[in-house]
Amino acid sequence: MADSAKQKHEKLASLNADYAAKYGFHDPVDYFHKGAKGINHEVVEMISRMKKEPKWMSERRHEALDIFFSKPIPLWGNTQLLNEIDFANIYYFMKPVEEQSTDWADVPEYIKKTFDRLGIPEAEKRFLGGLSAQYESEVVYHSMREDLKKQGVIFLDMDSGLREQEEIVSKYFGTVVPSTDNKFAALNTAVWSGGSFIYVPPGLDVKVPLQAYFRINAENMGQFERTLIIADKGSRVHYIEGCTAPIYSTNSLHSAVVEVIALEDAYIRYTTIQNWARNIFNLVTKRASAYRNATVEWVDGNIGSRLSMKYPCIQLLGEGAKAEILSVAFAGIDQHQDAGAKVIHAASSTSSRITSKSISKDNGRASYRGLVKIYKNAVNCKVSVECDALLIGEEARSDTYPTMEIDNDQVKVEHEARVSKVAEEQLFYLTSRGLSEDEARLLIVNGFMEPFTKELPMEYAVELNRLIELEMEGSIG
Amino acid sequence: MADKKPLFEFKEIHVEVEGKEVVRGVSMQIFPGEIHAIMGPNGSGKSSLSNALMGHPDYAITKGTASLDGQSLLEMSADERSLAGLFLAFQYPLAIPGVTVANFMRTALKSHRGKEADMSDFRKLFLKEMEALSIDRAFATRYLNEGFSGGEKKRVEILQMSMLKPKIALLDETDSGLDIDALKTVSDGINRFHNDTNGILLVTHYQRLLNYVKPHHVHVMIHGKFVKAGGPELALQLEEKGYDWIEQETRDKVEA
Repeated sequence: MADSAKQKHEKLASLNADYAAKYGFHDPVDYFHKGAKGINHEVVEMISRMKKEPKWMSERRHEALDIFFSKPIPLWGNTQLLNEIDFANIYYFMKPVEEQSTDWADVPEYIKKTFDRLGIPEAEKRFLGGLSAQYESEVVYHSMREDLKKQGVIFLDMDSGLREQEEIVSKYFGTVVPSTDNKFAALNTAVWSGGSFIYVPPGLDVKVPLQAYFRINAENMGQFERTLIIADKGSRVHYIEGCTAPIYSTNSLHSAVVEVIALEDAYIRYTTIQNWARNIFNLVTKRASAYRNATVEWVDGNIGSRLSMKYPCIQLLGEGAKAEILSVAFAGIDQHQDAGAKVIHAASSTSSRITSKSISKDNGRASYRGLVKIYKNAVNCKVSVECDALLIGEEARSDTYPTMEIDNDQVKVEHEARVSKVAEEQLFYLTSRGLSEDEARLLIVNGFMEPFTKELPMEYAVELNRLIELEMEGSIG
Repeated sequence: MADKKPLFEFKEIHVEVEGKEVVRGVSMQIFPGEIHAIMGPNGSGKSSLSNALMGHPDYAITKGTASLDGQSLLEMSADERSLAGLFLAFQYPLAIPGVTVANFMRTALKSHRGKEADMSDFRKLFLKEMEALSIDRAFATRYLNEGFSGGEKKRVEILQMSMLKPKIALLDETDSGLDIDALKTVSDGINRFHNDTNGILLVTHYQRLLNYVKPHHVHVMIHGKFVKAGGPELALQLEEKGYDWIEQETRDKVEA
């Protein structure tokens, strides 16, 4: 037993080394502003003052902080891990630079290097319509293609969004995810900084993806970005976010709130590839409202972190609205991915499809937690839920908590859940063709994820396969 | 002939499955260019032998030796045996969801060559082999064996063989589940693969494949042992008379 614990420890160390080589480096930074650790009304006031915000936002923050204090740590999910979060030992606001840049040349060298190593400027050149790069609490680089600007697309970091588009922000901020929703949404509302603000004017199809990249660099950092996306009537947009962080011995917290609004006939796809270091608590509230005939799609890839709790939600508020949630989670050594999906059918003839894929390896644990709710007056709805778990090794764990609350009988519901293991027979088949056992296992895992991967832009699919390869290396199972 | 070395040889092989001995001491030599056939009724141990030779973890070789081109096989893992030049066409090929035939083939070729195959070379070769086996191009992007009919699976096994070009191919019941047209296509594929330097071991219950792929030697396997050997005429005899007479003959021999 002692041997296997030791072996596991070494394994973890070597995995961290792999991650470290590519994502885990950190910069020694002189921050423009680094507040004290811990959370109280003074910290909130300081953030608000530094941002020179309108009064209503400042009030909203203080109100939210009181809600945060009043709510207990969730009593469900992995409460043991949740209680490890030491709120007093976290920096809630770190401002790396005084001013945001629109040219990579103006970004401080050490930050630019970070994003260079992550391949971000390269991606912008090749296939993005706009890019936002957040470092700790603030967006340090932001740029969008001129043609999109001219067409009226607004893509800003959230702080600038509030300054420049206060009317739209005040109309929608907190309407999809109110501060009272949960403890972490309240915390985010109190100390939010950075994130993206997107508005797409009616009828416009933004053909190239807009991307934001979130990087945590400091130890004990809390990153609380706030994202608000509004697609006006009949418009289309694809937003992509990526995240990484270095490895430290103590934990950092990432707690975002994302609000997405698809007005009539609009289409929004929101793609996330997050690859957090193994010491990040990732507790994110993502929710969308879809109005008449609108479509919202969450494409959500969760790799890394100590504990992720994330249940992208879509509220179908108008007739004919569609929801699609496609997620994949990879839980390796000592990780718990508690991911899922939530769809509220509040209007008739709405449809939803949830596809959840999880991989648990070694002692990793993946949970699917889902809720589909159909209101009494929402008739002729279609629901399909598919959960697919793959276990690698004897200790790997997967659990499923699907909930359906259906208040009328004029609905069509399909639900399927599967748990499979990488079968010896499959391994033998592949190894008999010359693949090593590791290669064979990786191929099976990549195949398992294919329904997800094929939805990603090429570059991200390649990157995701590389990440999985890293996670799979020298599998103990 | 005497100074020629066998390409593939196994001696006194015993195989156990879940503690039960299913192959009880069999030996064979295959020289370059030879086609051998093992025939036998169901449960005679033919498939166990081919799985064990390929290195299936559930089929333990408890006694005996095997070598391919002078290299001792039994210490090798399945992938090492493959790289050494051994191939097994499965009786029941497994589905690998999400992995396309083309992607799988490229990965396998990479393992064999030690480097990524050039994309356009690969494409040319792959399409050519698919065409030769009357496999629709659409199969390149289908997931390996997922939803394939029995015949489609067998063709894709032969496709893998023609791409990987092993020194020795073990074909386990490759004729089962094939209609007559598919049988001909698959047989053509096997004959095209066969040359003076490689060897084939057909494992089959029925003689019909042997109408198209002519073996030089036929071995009859019953209850885990080779009980009779002969030329192609033996297969015809079996077709005509079934296996009972051999079983009878074997019993007589034991009693005598």
